[in-house]
Amino acid sequence: MKESRRAFLKELGGGTLALGFGLPLLDAGPWNSASGAVLPEVALPADPAVSAATQWGLVVDVEKCLQDEVRRAVMDACHREHNVPRIPDPEERVDWIWSEPLEHVFPDEVHAHTPPGVRGAPVLVLCNHCTNPPCVRVCPTAATWKREQDGIVMMDMHRCIGCRYCMAACPYGARSFNWREPRDWVQTDANGKPVSDYPTRSRGVVEKCTFCAERLRVGLPPACVEAANNVPGGEGALTFGDLTDQDSNVSRTLRERITFARRVSLGTGPNVYYILPQSIPTAAAVETV
Amino acid sequence: MGDRGRIGVGLGIFLVVAAYPVWSALAAPGPSGRPELERSVDASGCVEDTAFMKASHSQLLNGWRTAVVRDGRRMWTSSTGREWEMSLTGTCMRCHANSEAFCTRCHDYAGVQPGCWSCHVVPEGEGTS
Repeated sequence: MKESRRAFLKELGGGTLALGFGLPLLDAGPWNSASGAVLPEVALPADPAVSAATQWGLVVDVEKCLQDEVRRAVMDACHREHNVPRIPDPEERVDWIWSEPLEHVFPDEVHAHTPPGVRGAPVLVLCNHCTNPPCVRVCPTAATWKREQDGIVMMDMHRCIGCRYCMAACPYGARSFNWREPRDWVQTDANGKPVSDYPTRSRGVVEKCTFCAERLRVGLPPACVEAANNVPGGEGALTFGDLTDQDSNVSRTLRERITFARRVSLGTGPNVYYILPQSIPTAAAVETV
Repeated sequence: MGDRGRIGVGLGIFLVVAAYPVWSALAAPGPSGRPELERSVDASGCVEDTAFMKASHSQLLNGWRTAVVRDGRRMWTSSTGREWEMSLTGTCMRCHANSEAFCTRCHDYAGVQPGCWSCHVVPEGEGTS
């Protein structure tokens, strides 16, 4: 007997229907007996510690940071605190705070008669936590955003897809991409565990300074600020505080000293400021830490 | 129609092979082959009851993640009114101290690979390999 096309189509349709009704039943195993449970609805109050400031800002005293020990202490403290991988290859480095020659930090301020010692003077650089951050505008997944409570440009590593638009958008080069598995390059203790509890990142995400949001939450200053203050001669090299509070150290410093921010003409509104030295001693050579 | 018997036998063999994951798990030793999970070191109770945690801990943790990372909230009130800090390593792992004998053992059995520990650092004391 030959089956008619009509009968075949009928059976096919019937089979598909049976499959459609049958598959959900497979899910009803013992593991899913409590699947009716829903997340309890609770009202979550905002954490008061987070909203202690309206816009955090940082002032870098470049003269005090000419000392190698100060810069090294600052960079080490930050990278240790956040389990930042220390990759020697300059193409694949990851940095949250690092040192650049002055002519790269302030490219519009050097000219034909700027002496090499000034051009090469080491300046600490980090994320500027801009008022109008271009990285946030371009992020397709909202993995980076400007936190309204305190102006920190935050990163959500769970959401970053590694497209690196933010790196292209940032005019300060403040973001690093994890080309390699960062765990292989993180400082570890005797047990082989990362030195800090701070979550490491995974390969394929972008990372940067967060103004130590995790420390601010518990009332501590950023690790870099604390480290600078602990080095003899480094006291006050970095000043941190709320820019909207007129009585904060940062606001007072900005009122009393002549300060500069990087590439202001771009309109990003950087919130890291620099006090430039009157002169650079010749001993402060080009630094490429 | 003479092939009906052979087709039936073939289908039967196919179903047995296709259902291998189901019957092999059921036949394995222990209560239907389920992994033995290490008990919490703190008997005062989890953030929610066991049935809820078993079924929905991933949704709960996703909610915690969003609240902490994106909204800057840290405290959470359970359905019983108890306050908890929303922290995987600080709250969950304080009781379920051995991630290998708790998280990994069950996730392996269930065939899921959440990426928590590729970034989060397992707290001191116990750990994965």
